[in-house]
Amino acid sequence: MNNQKTKKPVITQRRKFLSTMAQSVGLSALGGMVWTGYVEEAKSAPLILRPPGAQPEADFLRMCIKCGQCAIACPFDTLLMAKPGDHKPMGTPYFIPRDVPCYMCTDIPCVPVCPTGALDEESVSSIEEGQKVLDINKSRMGLAVVDEESCIAFWGIQCDACYRACPLLGEAIFLEYKRNDRTGKHAFLIPRVNGDICTGCGLCEHACVTKKAAIFILPREVAQGEVGGHYIKGWDENDEKRLEGVSTDVTTHTKRSDLVPQDYLNSSEVLFDE
Amino acid sequence: MNNFIRKHRFLMLRRVSQLTLLVLYFSANAYGLGILKGTLSSSLLLNTIPLSDPFAVMQMFAAGAVLSMDVLIGALIVLLFYMTIGGRAFCSWVCPINMITDLANWLRRVLYLDKTEKKVWLGRSVRYWMIGLTLILSVITNVAAFEIVSPISMLHRGLVFGMGMGFAAVLSIFLFDLFAVKNGWCGHICPLGGFYSVASKLSIIRVKHNQPNCTLCMKCKDVCPEKQILSIIGKESGDVKSGECTNCGRCIEVCDDDALSIGVRDYINKNG
Repeated sequence: MNNQKTKKPVITQRRKFLSTMAQSVGLSALGGMVWTGYVEEAKSAPLILRPPGAQPEADFLRMCIKCGQCAIACPFDTLLMAKPGDHKPMGTPYFIPRDVPCYMCTDIPCVPVCPTGALDEESVSSIEEGQKVLDINKSRMGLAVVDEESCIAFWGIQCDACYRACPLLGEAIFLEYKRNDRTGKHAFLIPRVNGDICTGCGLCEHACVTKKAAIFILPREVAQGEVGGHYIKGWDENDEKRLEGVSTDVTTHTKRSDLVPQDYLNSSEVLFDE
Repeated sequence: MNNFIRKHRFLMLRRVSQLTLLVLYFSANAYGLGILKGTLSSSLLLNTIPLSDPFAVMQMFAAGAVLSMDVLIGALIVLLFYMTIGGRAFCSWVCPINMITDLANWLRRVLYLDKTEKKVWLGRSVRYWMIGLTLILSVITNVAAFEIVSPISMLHRGLVFGMGMGFAAVLSIFLFDLFAVKNGWCGHICPLGGFYSVASKLSIIRVKHNQPNCTLCMKCKDVCPEKQILSIIGKESGDVKSGECTNCGRCIEVCDDDALSIGVRDYINKNG
């Protein structure tokens, strides 16, 4: 038998307020984490191709207000607005070159209409005779990549469809001639892409005659590697100049680098220890 | 017939407003019509005047974007219009989701759901927490966090450019408003509505109450999607001061006693 009086806790206004506050903050955190999780997944579309003049993807996603004015301005209906279910950041503009490539309008109607600057006019302009003019050849929507195993030109068929479709014929896509040893009397017309000039418009992918395009546009971050600064072209005087004033101090210090090769090559623990 | 029009005059005007805007936006994309191009997020009026969603621009600032003048001017124009003149009129005169939630709300009345359902409670201030959450999340994720999930954008863009799976979001809101919470989306969750509510505190166009004419039938509170704003009904004459009033005019339409009207706000406090 409990003789002591059990005191009922007094629910004051302050307690109610603090409790409700804690509940609101807690629920916000819960909802916020689920929401953040969704947003992070929804942002990811590594193979998406953006309109000309687009900022790098991270900035583009920040700045695109999803108004659709670029898509409306495009006279060829190249640009599509990502719909829910497209597995692309919702509402943002993109294009599929195999269906409708960018036709490289010289007046670039899609870029100046962008109200936020997600499509940057500066990046597709150049100075000619002191005037700023639009230059569609400066756009870098992606990079054309050739799959040599599905490209029939590598079989010996003198296709050159992508070469002829390219608006920068001979510059962005050029043909390399190689002797066809199988027939002994023909030349391969091998399509090669110059990454410095290719705009990623996709006219080549659209023109490719194979079932699934053997030349296709990939975003530059996906298609390209990066050499880095530590290789010098010894045959290039300008590149050799980069060695001037470089310190010859050794900066790598591992267990292995402190020893002489004769010592560490015969000791398996140092050789395989990282 | 005349009485029907009188009893639904605001509703009809609102639908004309919402549908005209939709037709203009749709035609810009489908037929190249140059009157109103873009979407509710950002558009171009008559090829010269930029108009942008100020809440979306705020999110983009939070996300760290450095934006062009066009969108900033557009956001300012829209914000100033609703702040000074229209009040929260975006919600009942422009937003396409309003047609969905109004339908759900009407079905609730017709099917007596209010009287027969199991109540699910949700506070009216959730939408203000949503605004805070949106801005914090925009900073964390580096994108406009509400814009990427907004059902308003999904519906509007869907009608102009193609729905895709967007219909699922619209259906979700309809079912939520019909079976879960009365006026659930617009009155409790939508942060854009919350944003305009805050911005509209001092706007000019207001619903006015004439207390002597009021017979306390409370039909106005029955149809109002934000009935907490009608606290003065039957108590004192004056303006509906809350920014949460969407100026939809339903209360004015259903009042048989001429106790409600739309007018210009009384900025001067006449009570000594």
